[in-house]
Amino acid sequence: MSSVSIRKLSVRFGATEVIKDLDLDVIESEFLVLLGPSGCGKSTLLHSIAGLIDASDGRIEIGGQDMTWVDPTDRRIGMVFQSYALYPTMTVERNMSFGLRISGTPKAEIERRVKRVAEMLHLAPLLQRKPAQLSGGQRQRVAIGRALVREAAVFLFDEPLSNLDAKLRAELRRELKLLHKHLRSTMIYVTHDQVEAMTLATRIVVMYAGKIQQIGAPAEVYEKPENLFVAGFLGAPAMNFLHGTLKVAADSIRFESVGMTFDVSAYAFRTPPSNGQAVVLGIRPENLQLRSDGALQASVSLIEPMGNHHVVWLDFAGGLFSSVVTGALAFGVDAPVRFTLEVGQVSLFDRASEQRL
Amino acid sequence: MSSISAPALARRQAQWLRPARIGVYAFLLSAAVFFLLPLYIMLVTSFKSMDEIRLGNLFALPIQVTVEPWVTAWTSACTGVACEGIRGGFWNSVLIVIPSTVLPILLGALNGYALSFWKPRGANLLFGILMLGAFIPVQVMMFPLVRILATLGLFSSLPGIVLVHLIFSMPVMTLLFRNYYQAIPQELFQAARIDGGGFWRIFVQLMLPMSTPIIVVAAIMQVTGVWNDYILGLVFAGRDNLPMTVQLNNVINTTTGTRLYNVNMAATILTSLVPLTLYFVSGRWFVRGIAAGAVKG
Amino acid sequence: MSAAMKLKPKQLLRQLLSWVALLPMASTVLVAYLGSVLWSLRVSFTNSRTFPSDQYVGLAQYQRLFENERWLLSLQNLALYGVLFILACLLLGFLLAVFIDQKVMAEGALRTVFLYPYAMSFVATGLVWQWMLNPGNGIQQAVRQMGFPNFNFDWIIDQDMVIYTIVIATVWQASGLVMALLLAGLRGIDEDIWKAARMDGIPTWRVYVSIVLPMLGPSVATVFVLLFTAVVKVFDSVVSMTQGGPGTASEVPAKFIMEHLFGRANIALASAGSIVLLLTVLLLVVPFMLARQRQARTQAEKA
Repeated sequence: MSSVSIRKLSVRFGATEVIKDLDLDVIESEFLVLLGPSGCGKSTLLHSIAGLIDASDGRIEIGGQDMTWVDPTDRRIGMVFQSYALYPTMTVERNMSFGLRISGTPKAEIERRVKRVAEMLHLAPLLQRKPAQLSGGQRQRVAIGRALVREAAVFLFDEPLSNLDAKLRAELRRELKLLHKHLRSTMIYVTHDQVEAMTLATRIVVMYAGKIQQIGAPAEVYEKPENLFVAGFLGAPAMNFLHGTLKVAADSIRFESVGMTFDVSAYAFRTPPSNGQAVVLGIRPENLQLRSDGALQASVSLIEPMGNHHVVWLDFAGGLFSSVVTGALAFGVDAPVRFTLEVGQVSLFDRASEQRL
Repeated sequence: MSSISAPALARRQAQWLRPARIGVYAFLLSAAVFFLLPLYIMLVTSFKSMDEIRLGNLFALPIQVTVEPWVTAWTSACTGVACEGIRGGFWNSVLIVIPSTVLPILLGALNGYALSFWKPRGANLLFGILMLGAFIPVQVMMFPLVRILATLGLFSSLPGIVLVHLIFSMPVMTLLFRNYYQAIPQELFQAARIDGGGFWRIFVQLMLPMSTPIIVVAAIMQVTGVWNDYILGLVFAGRDNLPMTVQLNNVINTTTGTRLYNVNMAATILTSLVPLTLYFVSGRWFVRGIAAGAVKG
Repeated sequence: MSAAMKLKPKQLLRQLLSWVALLPMASTVLVAYLGSVLWSLRVSFTNSRTFPSDQYVGLAQYQRLFENERWLLSLQNLALYGVLFILACLLLGFLLAVFIDQKVMAEGALRTVFLYPYAMSFVATGLVWQWMLNPGNGIQQAVRQMGFPNFNFDWIIDQDMVIYTIVIATVWQASGLVMALLLAGLRGIDEDIWKAARMDGIPTWRVYVSIVLPMLGPSVATVFVLLFTAVVKVFDSVVSMTQGGPGTASEVPAKFIMEHLFGRANIALASAGSIVLLLTVLLLVVPFMLARQRQARTQAEKA
């Protein structure tokens, strides 16, 4: 069993509480991504799981055993750092075997493990090279190999792609995804980049201010965000927001805002809404369609060509709304256009609590 | 209610009291004693009377504190022929240090500026030789410099010793400023040229004002180095301009008759006062100077 | 620099201006540095006494130098002093840096204490330690008074031991510098390396020895070069602490040369000695600087 269980974890630095009462269950073999902005606590959480930071309160179980006070090296986990942290003056082979040598593992066993891991990660021809002679992708594999040699069950990744340029980042992202498919180990991955999260994760944990905002598969978190923060954090360009109120009548529920109204009776409300409730309507740019027969009117403020699509920014209701348009554009900047919202794809949030309705 | 759980607290406390931790502090404190001991002894000796020194213990605090050694050191100790105390040396050192700081800094800045931004042809070769020159033992250059200064009529004079300090500090000063200016983006310089700036204008109006941190570091290094110099002052300053270090050595090692250890120690402290004060006041800047000067080439 | 680049008049003027500004540096390098080395070299091949003469005697002065007992003794002293000084400074400086790096309390105060001796002149240091090691009134007497009547610490008047006193005094002065430089190097090490080592279960001391120390190679090399040049130049400390004594037991080359330049009026012999010193220094410094340049170039190519 290689799952991780966290119960009521709190981490404090002096007077600041970085993580408060956090519960999390990591499923075996999943690729769990901790996603959030800087300072949300995701890195602290990862370091706590690793044992590099002490928990102030709570319990951490790895593989069914209480590891809250166990040394990092005995937790059966491996960690890959942003800079990979390979020992620069040692060869790849030594980098991978150093920890084992220190702990007194017999030489034959060390050789066996290193050989096995090197084959698995295609590192065999590189064993005598030093980190400075390796490419970014090779270094990433050595960093993973270092953890694999210790027969880690869980792998922790601390923003390993953040320092790289876009092309290398995309390439290593794919390598990582292939590696997960091949190894099927549990992986917990920290990033602030939502594209990485969406492409790599089996489940995403969105964090903010030390608390978990939502856990779910990428599609779920994207299409059905739990609160305004998650809704605004995922998706580029960001979700469009409209403030308005709900008019609840006997046979219909309508969203009303300045100069417009939508029938949202088909929306999957969790609790029955109240009449006059102040809400925020969220609609993603790809669900905001420019059509000549659209009910709403706006003028084009800005057009951003993205190669295979355009992001069109509309001046509407006192704000800028984005729409994603594929194909050629039939208009230019400052032109008046008509558009509709795909009502079936909206998200509604209570304005006060910011929670999904 | 405690803000931290019991096991966590116990673990944290165990970490602090680990034997390794105690060992660390033991070593550091012993080292601190080793380093502070001479300072302590210097101070303590300088406030004792000679009787106390002769009969007493080196480490003991003065039973009767007296400032007489300090007065003697300053006003009437014998620095060779004259017995006017070491104050003459103090003022000599001041007169030597000020121009020997200002001029090398200006030249170092100018050299660093020209080398980093204008890069005239062949200048790098010259710079390389200058860097190598920093390692030349002073004795190799001693007699030729004596001859050059004598020819210029500057031997044994204040301008002479300043010129010598200028020559010997040029490598480090140039290195400091060159490295500093290399860290400034070339775009800044190019923008200034597009704005119409010439060689001197860019130097005086843009680069120098931007150089305050490195000027501070250079000044600290130069003041300390020149004030503490002995061999150059001994040879080039001339009897009327002997710096404090030379006079200090004269006071202590060339005195005939009874040696007045308390006066000696007071004189030593007086001689070290300027650089030590500078050190304690400048803190991080001092360290920055060391690090910058050590990155040769 | 492409020689094929034709200079337009404006560029020519610009280059000229820069060279005008670099005139002091150029003249210093050519006249003061190169000039004096060449001059000393020339004199070392003559039989000049008080004044330079034009009579060339080939390598006779060098021969005479290495037959001079005092010079040979000074070289011996320098070798012994150098080895002890460099090793002790490196060891003490490294230990101080490592221990201070352990997130100790009052780190700033400790650093200040370890480094302040470097702010003192060598003369002052020599004088203080001379006083402290004075057998009659210094440490030996003090310890005897504290109840150990047979305690001996008269190294400074002992011909065989005096060189060690100079080692102690100068190590006291210079270790702080080594500490400061190595600490800067330590602090430059990626924090993630420490985390990775913790994950690997490597004890702290082993991290320093097997991972950190090799990474500090360049810093240690720099420190070594600085210490080495300081050793070759040692003069002030010896003059103030022992005046080369007792007798000639703590004679060093720099002092030998100075005496023959001025007091004993034999500038040819002194010049030969200084050229020998120069060669010793260059033998270490030139390869070091070339290696540095090569390293910087490969790093720049990678970037």
